[in-house]
Amino acid sequence: MEQFILMQQFALSWALIFLTAVFLIVVFWVFRPGGRKAQEDAATTIFRHEDRPDVAGEGARGTAGTTFKEARK
Amino acid sequence: MMWEYIKLVALGLVALAAALAAHFARDFGYEVHAILVMVVAAGMFVWQLRHTDEPKPAPTTEYLDGVVRAGVIATVFWALVGFLAGVFIASQLAFPSLNPIWAHGYLNFGRLRPVHTSAVIFAFGGNALIATSFYVVQRTSAVRLWGGNAAWFVFWGYNLFIVLAASGYVLGITQSKEYAEPEWYMDLWLTIVWLVYLAVFLGTIIKRKEPHIYVANWFYLSFIVTIAMLHVFNNLAIPVSLFGSKSVDVYSGVQDMMVQWWYGHNAVGFFLTAGFLGMMYYFVPKQAERPIYSYKLSIIHFWALIFLYIWAGPHHLHYTALPDWASTLGMVFSIMLWMPSWGGMINGLMTLSGAWDKLRTDPIMRMMVVSVGFYGMSTFEGPMMSIKTVNSLSHYTDWTIGHVHSGALGWNGMITFGALYFLTPRLWNKERLYSLRLVSWHFWLATIGIVLYASSMWVSGIMEGLMWREVDAQGYLVNSFADTVAARFPMLVTRAVGGSMYLTGGFIMAYNLWKTVTSAPEKAPAATAVPAE
Repeated sequence: MEQFILMQQFALSWALIFLTAVFLIVVFWVFRPGGRKAQEDAATTIFRHEDRPDVAGEGARGTAGTTFKEARK
Repeated sequence: MMWEYIKLVALGLVALAAALAAHFARDFGYEVHAILVMVVAAGMFVWQLRHTDEPKPAPTTEYLDGVVRAGVIATVFWALVGFLAGVFIASQLAFPSLNPIWAHGYLNFGRLRPVHTSAVIFAFGGNALIATSFYVVQRTSAVRLWGGNAAWFVFWGYNLFIVLAASGYVLGITQSKEYAEPEWYMDLWLTIVWLVYLAVFLGTIIKRKEPHIYVANWFYLSFIVTIAMLHVFNNLAIPVSLFGSKSVDVYSGVQDMMVQWWYGHNAVGFFLTAGFLGMMYYFVPKQAERPIYSYKLSIIHFWALIFLYIWAGPHHLHYTALPDWASTLGMVFSIMLWMPSWGGMINGLMTLSGAWDKLRTDPIMRMMVVSVGFYGMSTFEGPMMSIKTVNSLSHYTDWTIGHVHSGALGWNGMITFGALYFLTPRLWNKERLYSLRLVSWHFWLATIGIVLYASSMWVSGIMEGLMWREVDAQGYLVNSFADTVAARFPMLVTRAVGGSMYLTGGFIMAYNLWKTVTSAPEKAPAATAVPAE
């Protein structure tokens, strides 16, 4: 029982604060200034390397990202 | 070379151990399983023996798509098995004479019901998740799958688990836990397979060439990790004998109940939701040929889902021995889940903004959009049903069954069909699908089938709930249980008809995909790698 109370108090204080804080940090991180570039880059990942892996090492710098940005407007 | 000899020795030992286990078996089902494992291991031993010391093909850097192709075939096969079992048990409920005396103890409703649930969730859904996750993680990481043939081990190991589980149910092997019926030795085997799956998936992400981990991979990864955790803790049990199928659960009473629904609801949350959202975040933008509506929203969707879902399990246990605060907690978190769920739905639907015309011309897109719509509908219905007062009416009635099926048939089924139609021409290097007309037929049969299913179960469930609680002026119950069973008959028949339509759609899909592989025109070889437009 003592162990249960200890666990319960921990869950209702530090654990709760920690989990909420992690979530809030994630939300703020998503809206960080300058995040848009990275997010657009990530969102267009699916349009690169459809047929074969990146063996030449051209990396993520495809042209797909800019095309879609214009298409949205 | 050394590795091949180790494999030979291991396969030989497994076959020998299985033979011994079959000899010492305490029960018939265990004996059948031991013989099955022995035959599989011996067959693999012979195959391995004939191929040992063969020259190896040069290692390739191409994507490993063979295992995805196998996964697509397995997904379609298990879909038909699972839907067929579902239609049959639905008919058994409407017409009890379909439980013939000669088949008692093997093919009656109680034995076949877990065959249906496991076949659709774990065999159909699981194979779809494994296949699509292997496809998606390679494309979005721009590398071949990590671990060589480990992916093949995952595929065959997982399907062996399914065969053992399903045959076990018919033979009476069950630990009686919802969605976790397989006994201890199958659970151990699945744990091994799942850890290899995790290693292959994570290994591929780690060696990726793209700077970002695409959001679909986050969803897939959370599905793999969480299922591993849930599976291990829910199945903690001590076998009665090494040579028998029976085991004793380490939990008891209310703790057992809570662990089971912690597992059960998160199986819904992480298997049927997070995993399939991984599919949504890849295949919907791909089919629409435009990136996801808001990448920001997808990240928040992910983290909100992760933080909220894990608490929702107690809403399955309202008005039981579970402490009131725990079931209230489950209810509150279920209601909060509504927000990220609808955020995800909006994100999926709005991906079509500026391309809504595709809904008219592209039946695959239509399938995906209806799927996301059903995701939104069932994630609204679920939180509503988790409210205690609503639950006191809906619990133990057909309403729950209707809710589960609008999620499973509508959301999981339709997004998987969309993914299968997307994948098959690409994986078999075809110009297009065999027939878009047949896709339309599938779409309408499935959609009307779901509508019949869900609406008949609403009527039936609410009627049952009202009949059960109806009391006369003296406070006596008005209806006996048998009265409610008799009153459900027309709805049960409607449900079976809806399920049959869904099944028919499944057969049409199987035919269409088969013809796509065998007789659709080959894709013309592309001159060079052109950037996707």
